[in-house]
Amino acid sequence: MTFRAKHLLGIEPLHPTEITTLLDLADGYADHNRRGVAHRDVLAGLTQINMFFENSTRTQASFELAGKRLGADVMNMGMQASSIKKGETLIDTALTLNAMRPDLLVVRHPHSGAVDLLAQKVNCAVLNAGDGRHEHPTQALLDALTIRRAKGRLHRLSIAICGDIAHSRVARSNIMLLGKMENRIRLIAPPTLMPSGVADFGVEVFENMEEGLKDVDVVMMLRLQKERMDGGFIPSEREYFHRYGLDAEKLAHAKPDAIVMHPGPMNRGVEIDGTIADDINRSVIQEQVEMGVAVRMAAMDLLAQNLRASRSPAEVMV
Amino acid sequence: MKTTFFANARLIDPVALTDGPGAILIEDGIIKEVLDAGATPPKSANVIDCGGQCLAPGIIDIGVKVSEPGERHKESFRSVGVAAAAGGVTTIVTRPDTLPAIDTPETLEFVERRAQEDAPVHVLPMAALTKGREGREMTEIGFLQDAGAVAFTDCDRVVTNTKVFSRALTYARSLGALVIGHVQEPGLSEGAAVTSGKFASLRGLPGVSPMAERMALDRDIALLEMTGARYHVDQITTARALPALERAKRNGLQITAGIGVHHLTLNELDVADYRTFFKLKPPLRSEDDRVAVVQAVAEGLIDIISSMHTPQDEESKRLPYEEAASGAVGLETLLPAALRLYHAEMIDLPRLFRAMSLNPAHLLGLTAGRLQAEAPADLVLFDPDAPFQLDRAALLSKSKNTPFDGARMQGRILGTWVSGERIWEGA
Repeated sequence: MTFRAKHLLGIEPLHPTEITTLLDLADGYADHNRRGVAHRDVLAGLTQINMFFENSTRTQASFELAGKRLGADVMNMGMQASSIKKGETLIDTALTLNAMRPDLLVVRHPHSGAVDLLAQKVNCAVLNAGDGRHEHPTQALLDALTIRRAKGRLHRLSIAICGDIAHSRVARSNIMLLGKMENRIRLIAPPTLMPSGVADFGVEVFENMEEGLKDVDVVMMLRLQKERMDGGFIPSEREYFHRYGLDAEKLAHAKPDAIVMHPGPMNRGVEIDGTIADDINRSVIQEQVEMGVAVRMAAMDLLAQNLRASRSPAEVMV
Repeated sequence: MKTTFFANARLIDPVALTDGPGAILIEDGIIKEVLDAGATPPKSANVIDCGGQCLAPGIIDIGVKVSEPGERHKESFRSVGVAAAAGGVTTIVTRPDTLPAIDTPETLEFVERRAQEDAPVHVLPMAALTKGREGREMTEIGFLQDAGAVAFTDCDRVVTNTKVFSRALTYARSLGALVIGHVQEPGLSEGAAVTSGKFASLRGLPGVSPMAERMALDRDIALLEMTGARYHVDQITTARALPALERAKRNGLQITAGIGVHHLTLNELDVADYRTFFKLKPPLRSEDDRVAVVQAVAEGLIDIISSMHTPQDEESKRLPYEEAASGAVGLETLLPAALRLYHAEMIDLPRLFRAMSLNPAHLLGLTAGRLQAEAPADLVLFDPDAPFQLDRAALLSKSKNTPFDGARMQGRILGTWVSGERIWEGA
């Protein structure tokens, strides 16, 4: 057993062997999911609460499905409409929830670090489903599993991450994870969408997409948030697509067998051309969604094992 | 006539920049004579044996937030006075960023009355430069000055309207009033929680470029050339702002600069996993910047060290980092924190007290801040080496938001005297 973490708050605190352990387990779950093998005993008797302080359809559905496939009792709480509007602080919300004795808490929050703060106040396992611009660990893990299955390995690959890196928690978690697994990472973005201090990240930085994509094995596109499109960070949608949108011409600079990824939801015609997204020979975007469920099953399985081990026998029986 | 003789002291003299054995005789709250180590006390004097420990002029702390009026649960004049005494601070210069802001002679008089009733240390109030600190209309600078305001500042709010600011500076100059400004280019720093760079990006927190400080300083320096006002920058925290400051001083402008002790002793990495007690305004900087500003204090380019005492209650700090309030309490940890620079051999004790006592006195036209005959007997006796571990629950401030909780520090304040009266006796 080489997965010691109590919570999954980010990729940063994970050791490479923990990542591999999780991916190995997820790999098995992915196959079982395809064959329809059920595992309803794994989280049986445990309660999973999904607490989303920010809108999400896909991630929340993926966590819900993962929990249900493993037999957990899953509850969704849409927090945007709830008590924070009534002035309750995050910590009070956490304490209230903690009193309901959940076992797994899946949290998304618009502020960086909010999930860490919450994890300090509860005694269940916390999974970060995205906090501000900080981390989105399950997304990076599902990307890693998708790459590993497509390329047969997760090291010594040349991987380009393109788009709004400055505001992307997906990019941060991926840079962290792919770096830990010893890959070459290239960041491609207009300078206004590049994070500060990027030169110290141990990555190669490109402002020109054709140069950045040269001979890469993997092309990861990021979503450009609508509110960043007009004037503030880039001049316009169409200029962005012209310079940084992934089309066949730009993709031709990558290796012939390079795969194309996108965390979704896509803006077709803004960051990615529709025909590339739908090209079954290049795009693994649907596989990413599939691996998402498997990775989340594996993460909750491992955290639940650690949780059970940490609780005294008497407590488990209650 | 009441005389007290401080025997067997290690005198820290920020004027002569000396640190050596000696004795002091005080009479009726005034320093009568500074004597050699071998001097014998007059027969009538009450003798205090300093045991070879450091005796220095009491600290004059510019920029202390007392949360009266408005938020007395965070800090009152009583609690701030006790905290100051425990920290060896004999004069606090209070900020007007209260609720409401201190922007009329009437609110200023309230503050003075409360200070008189409750605080054992000298309290010198500052007043807002613009009404409501809103940056639109200047306050009654003349009336406020008559009522006792020692300086005019909108605290951490920058007067963004350059015309308003230049008029306020011009008007203040005609009265010889001191204006204290905060330098952060407001457009760049809006919404920022940390200094931009690798750390900010890793934590996913919105950052402000350290350049924002220099940009705002450049504007203010140009305005000083225009208006000839007397101007003090509350905090210079980045290396990039230093050459501009140095040039402005060399060109003969009436400009001085301060820095909070936290920016001299901590850096951005101390924020670690979103520790909101380290959220300050301006945010903590890189280690390179910290070393540069420590050097600037040692050289005298940065004139003044303050605690930037900012009480915040638990509720305003126990929030996600971006939402949490800024500021830290500092009166009781100012000297032990500053002594870290002494123990690191970056600044010697006379120079530390030049920045904490003498220069603030100069700036405000006070005779305190020095160990000389005729100066007020505002003194601090401390052991610079005594180690301790800070427990924030033990702080005397009502608010406990210190970034030094659990930190190992050195420096115990053994005694504090204000106008010859002992107001603190440390263990």
